[in-house]
Amino acid sequence: MKGNTEIQKLRTEDLHLYYGDVHALKGINMDVHSRCITALIGPSGCGKSTFLKTLNRMNDTIPSVKITGKVILDGEDVYGKNVDVTVLRKKVGMVFQSPNPFPMSIYDNIAYGPRVHGQKRRHELDEIVERSLTSAAIWDEVKDRLKKPALGLSGGQQQRLCIARCLATQPEILLMDEPTSALDPISTSKIEELIYDLKKEYSIVIVTHNMQQAARVSDYTAFFLLGELIEYDTTNAIFSSPKVQQTENYITGRFG
Amino acid sequence: MTGEVSRQTVITVKKRRPLETLLYAVILVVSIGVVGLTAFLIVYILIQGIPAISVKFLTTAENPILKTVGIFPSIVNTLYMVLFTLLISVPLGVGGAIYLNEYAKNRRLVGAIEFATETLSGIPSILYGVFGYVFFCVLLRLNVSLIAGVLTLSIMVLPILMRTTQETLKAVPQSYREGALGMGATKWHLIRTILLPCSLKGILTGVILSIGRMVSESAALLLVAGGSAMYMPRGNLFEQMSHSGSTLSVELYRYAMSRGDNKTAFGIAAILIIIVIALNLLTRFLAGRLNR
Repeated sequence: MKGNTEIQKLRTEDLHLYYGDVHALKGINMDVHSRCITALIGPSGCGKSTFLKTLNRMNDTIPSVKITGKVILDGEDVYGKNVDVTVLRKKVGMVFQSPNPFPMSIYDNIAYGPRVHGQKRRHELDEIVERSLTSAAIWDEVKDRLKKPALGLSGGQQQRLCIARCLATQPEILLMDEPTSALDPISTSKIEELIYDLKKEYSIVIVTHNMQQAARVSDYTAFFLLGELIEYDTTNAIFSSPKVQQTENYITGRFG
Repeated sequence: MTGEVSRQTVITVKKRRPLETLLYAVILVVSIGVVGLTAFLIVYILIQGIPAISVKFLTTAENPILKTVGIFPSIVNTLYMVLFTLLISVPLGVGGAIYLNEYAKNRRLVGAIEFATETLSGIPSILYGVFGYVFFCVLLRLNVSLIAGVLTLSIMVLPILMRTTQETLKAVPQSYREGALGMGATKWHLIRTILLPCSLKGILTGVILSIGRMVSESAALLLVAGGSAMYMPRGNLFEQMSHSGSTLSVELYRYAMSRGDNKTAFGIAAILIIIVIALNLLTRFLAGRLNR
């Protein structure tokens, strides 16, 4: 590990989340390191996606959700009083499980975020669109059809478009909720390469069901089970010498 | 080799499936019937009505002394009614639907309101007429006037607009909302840039249904807006709207029922059909413009 990868970007302190009566996250304490890829693994319903969504307050829209504890991002509490959720989500972008381009042109999809945050100048938008699409390794495929509807792209292209759309707001952290689970193996490997490239500039937290994916791309891995963070360490350590029996059972597929 | 041959199934035997054929025939007959009936109705009304239509018919008011018939005031009244009713009811209906679908948190309250709007869209229009008369004409002292008619029609079409808009909002994929909010969009920004454009088609359907309801309404309007259109419109818009006046449907009812003048009635019917088609095309055109 290089020295700069150890800088802490985000930290949760005793984070609890309840869906009504259901205790979905039970006291999570976890650090996310700057310019690293952190993978969250665990069986379905273990709370990893819920945890991801607490980081940019996407759970706010669900009325029955109650959250206690802290999410500290660069020294500021995400759930603090004076937090502007719009600015928070600009800083902490999100890519969803299935590609969700808006029913508008490729260009307008990418320009959506910058426009939300007040960018109106055509020239600058053009630049942002090109830069974002290039960063998401899809510029060459779409540069001649920027005005065409984004829904005409293939699933893999749509997901890279959504990553580009997310990059367009210049976030510092990227949250990815199983970004390749709806894609074929070739698209998946393209996105994995892309994620690997993106960590030069971004801190990435990725939820995945795919053990190999976690092992291939991530620097750190967190294993969740029934709302608890069971083990959190470097990916190397988790996959070569897990300290907790449950982690070992899960990653070796003997889970039961 | 021979073993494989014996496993081959011959596919060139066409099986008869009588039930399938029967159902197909039934559906075909019903479809032709529906389309045919509509076409027949339109053609019949136009054929019967067009002889009554003349420049004088369209551009003058009825004159009992000269014994000439003209429906210009009713055409104007009808267009006023449609225009002003839409101006009031579309923002309210669309706004209400957005509130119910995007903002309201209390599911039970939303359910109750949905049930109420459904019930409201089903009750006979004469009840709206009685309510409109008591509330707008008498209590608010608007008298029997076009404005009272507009207000009554507005509450009459509100449920239609709300329901159709709400249904299309429900059909907008949740992932669009997540995507936009995830990029920091505010709720209003999300509504303006994604939800409204996506639900434009549904709103349009609601508007077209509403126009149909307004144009065809007679019973309620007889009560709140009056049953005669003898005079050419006079004065400024406000003065015109404060007068009583009948729409084309009310006029149609009057000619057909109380005067037995079927020729004029068919003439009005033909004009009504033409106006409805024209308004629908106009609505589509405007919505298409908006979409760009």
